[in-house]
Amino acid sequence: MKVTIDGQEIEVAPGTTILQAARMIGGESVPPAMCYYSKLKGTGGKCRCCLVDVTKGSEADPRPMPKLVASCVTGCQDGMEVASTSSARVKEARKSVTEFLLINHPLDCPICDQAGECDLQNLSFEHGKSETRFIEEKRTFAPENIGDKIQLHMNRCILCQRCVKVAEELTDDRVHGVLNRGDHAQISTYIAAAIENDFSGNMIDVCPVGALTDKTFRFKSRVWFNKPFNAHRTCTTPGCCGKTTLWMFGNEIQRVTARKDEYHEVEGFICNTCRFDKKEVADWTIEGPRKFEKDSVINQNNYTRKLDKVVINTEKGILEGRDIDRKKISMAKIPLDNNK
Amino acid sequence: MGRKILLDKINVPGIKTYEVYRREGGYASVEKALKTLTPDEVTEEVKTSGLRGRGGAGFPVGMKWSFIDKKSGKPRHLVCNADESEPGTFKDRFLMEYIPHLLIEGMITSSYALGANLSYIYIRGEYMWVYKILERAIAEARAAGWLGKNILGTGYDLDLYVQIGGGAYICGEETALIESLEGKRGNPRLKPPFPAISGLWQNPTVVNNVESIASVPWIVNNSGAEYAAIGIGRSTGTKLISASGNIKNPGVYEIELGLSVYEFMNSDEYLGGMQTDRPLKALVPGGSSVPILPAHLIYKTAAGEDRLMTYESLSDGGFATGSMLGSGGFIVYDDRACIVRNTWNFSRFYHHESCGQCTPCREGTGWLEKVLWRIENGQGREEDIELLWSIQSKIEGNTICPLGDAASWPVAAAIRHFKEEFEYHIRFPEKVKNRDHFVAEPFEKVKHLVAKETV
Amino acid sequence: MEKSHIKQEIHMTEALMNRINELISHYPADKKKSALLPVLHEVQDAHDNWLSVELQNKVAEILEIKPIEVYEVVTFYTMFNQRPIGKYMFEFCQTSPCCQRGVEDLMDYTCEKLGVKVGEPTPDGQFEVRGVECLGACGYAPMMQLGDFYQEHLTKEKIDQLIADCKDGKITLHDK
Repeated sequence: MKVTIDGQEIEVAPGTTILQAARMIGGESVPPAMCYYSKLKGTGGKCRCCLVDVTKGSEADPRPMPKLVASCVTGCQDGMEVASTSSARVKEARKSVTEFLLINHPLDCPICDQAGECDLQNLSFEHGKSETRFIEEKRTFAPENIGDKIQLHMNRCILCQRCVKVAEELTDDRVHGVLNRGDHAQISTYIAAAIENDFSGNMIDVCPVGALTDKTFRFKSRVWFNKPFNAHRTCTTPGCCGKTTLWMFGNEIQRVTARKDEYHEVEGFICNTCRFDKKEVADWTIEGPRKFEKDSVINQNNYTRKLDKVVINTEKGILEGRDIDRKKISMAKIPLDNNK
Repeated sequence: MGRKILLDKINVPGIKTYEVYRREGGYASVEKALKTLTPDEVTEEVKTSGLRGRGGAGFPVGMKWSFIDKKSGKPRHLVCNADESEPGTFKDRFLMEYIPHLLIEGMITSSYALGANLSYIYIRGEYMWVYKILERAIAEARAAGWLGKNILGTGYDLDLYVQIGGGAYICGEETALIESLEGKRGNPRLKPPFPAISGLWQNPTVVNNVESIASVPWIVNNSGAEYAAIGIGRSTGTKLISASGNIKNPGVYEIELGLSVYEFMNSDEYLGGMQTDRPLKALVPGGSSVPILPAHLIYKTAAGEDRLMTYESLSDGGFATGSMLGSGGFIVYDDRACIVRNTWNFSRFYHHESCGQCTPCREGTGWLEKVLWRIENGQGREEDIELLWSIQSKIEGNTICPLGDAASWPVAAAIRHFKEEFEYHIRFPEKVKNRDHFVAEPFEKVKHLVAKETV
Repeated sequence: MEKSHIKQEIHMTEALMNRINELISHYPADKKKSALLPVLHEVQDAHDNWLSVELQNKVAEILEIKPIEVYEVVTFYTMFNQRPIGKYMFEFCQTSPCCQRGVEDLMDYTCEKLGVKVGEPTPDGQFEVRGVECLGACGYAPMMQLGDFYQEHLTKEKIDQLIADCKDGKITLHDK
């Protein structure tokens, strides 16, 4: 089947979604996805970030689709034409969704462990505005303790429900879910139980925001001060791939996560033993530095790339300021005039 | 007198009971369909009738039936949507409470047409006593041989049950209803797949409104063509209208589609005019989600034609000057009503009823409510009107299900037609301190203040 | 979470279990979960109109589903109470058509008469006033729900009478 996205044509197999096709093309046309997760069945369709405009339904039925559609759950048809970044309507919709996601968000990035690897930060950077139109009181939730390994910050949650799918699909004893409804819907166990099973830590990796973070890493470091290494170990937990990224500070392993691809999806799920209990360098075979996509905040500190010295082309000496100004702001120790 | 199809027997004493209902000719459509018609022939009659879904969307019922997947060989289900919750709408409850066997008869005949052997009526939780009425009526029908195995010796089997909801407007959306029927939260599903392919327990399913199903017996008994002869154009047959608000005779009325709004409002056969001598100010003709109409667009369309009770006439002029027939929830406001307060009230409803699944509805409905609440309570800012317009436009069309649209339309229509009232609230906060601010001093009397005070 | 820590006595009587089993029989054998909403109503009605965590767990056990599946449903729908509520719960519809017919004044009147605020039961646990969204009785406004039944065309006099009838034990809450 042939599908065209923003004028770029690609052949796809039947059953491919528009989002998957866009990812095959890559680049600017890939819609942002906050809830869809290709490795978890039944995700997608909820956040509405990936809306696209189907300008031609298919070769057989060329009528455009009247409403924007969620590209992550809409299948390609032969001859379909889709506008993603080329559509003003789509851009406007993404802006709208970004605004909606942020109105009740605490915007506490300075103290959020997810900062630097947060999909909501990236989405806001791309589609957000620097001012807010929301002057009402923000919605908040009472804190809930879900155990000593995972930190739940419900105020930051965007209700993508990926963590619920992790519990459903990787374990056979789901103890948390979405409770209450509307804008009071929340991720919870209801009875404040600990979420403890071999794979619960994957909730952290799939969480697109700082709602679920690693308690063992809490406030230890900004993620961009860590150096990421690919590593593996022979893990005996059934279902664990044993392949991880170690986040190191000097020789200290501060955090272990699964390896994530350019869409921030894990390559393979890992068990809690690998994630929480193996923090010694001797536990791991280290393969080498892990690379990240160019836009990543983490990448700004990435030692794998040599950074050039910044040269600012400007009038010579302007950065030092004019003499007259330097004198004006001088302190007592540097007298303003020499006559005194 | 308009023709009555659904309520013609409503005043027969004891029509609630099986004996009286049967004696009055009840269950004839089941006999006719099962013994003399094929399922497809029943579907054809319904198609010919032009009957449109009475829950609000107005989609042709026969066409919806024809979409059901009969090829896969999976069990099929008919589910009756009795989750009536749209503010202003209370017609289905009336039918179920006073003539329950009509719905059951319709369920059997319609299930036969669809080849369904297991069907459900999903009724909203608050109608608990009606749920009990239906349970008893189903037991009566079963005892009389209209349900169960080999009905009337024709080899057709049907089990029919009532399922009770738990209090959630969103379960009136057909896929949320199916989820709820499966014992889950009422989160609407992503479509496709549509229920006709994958509905209840992944089986092909048709979901129809109570009134739609209750119309089927008459169509089967009298023919689709005769049904289509009632009404105007694509608005065929009769429609139940739930009338409420500031009118003399609130209640449920069966009208022939095509009746003029003026006659419906003012004749003694129907609403009998206004409740008091206070003048008509606005009308919501089809349930809370449809656009509100200001007085000058109620009896006449913008083109100056008589406004009729039809799908087409009520929506004449589009959203700019028209509205929708919707579910037939006809809410009348006199000049004591405050449009800002009323819009806030509706927004509070949609905020309360949003399931929370998708972003624009979850976040946007709450935002609308909060801004409207501020304006209504004298804490509005000039820019809030534009903000409301912007928020509603960002919700509309971007959500999983129509609740987002339903929450947006009333806000848009209120601003479109009653912008000055919003400005009044913002500019004269001390005048709107009490919730009944227009009772003593209707807006018409203070309107001139808004014009004087320009910003 | 709204849930209460008050201990609730659980009585799964034979009559209740029979009704539950009948409700389960309405669905295919492998679709027991479908009976969740009706079963919750029955269980709640039989336990002073509220559902403790323990009672919800009991329902999960009967329907062979995970407790979280019950919590998810109980917290989604408005009719399931997660804490003890007033025995006579006056649930006034406060959506637009009822407001047009003066329900707000009636709610104020009722609260004043009972000496309570909306959402707070009387100290003896007998009465509670709540505002709810549209109950589908707009043509009979103002109205409220009391137990399984609707009280329509309300006036101050009718409210007085209802309160008196509740106190005298003349009001039936459930249709069993």
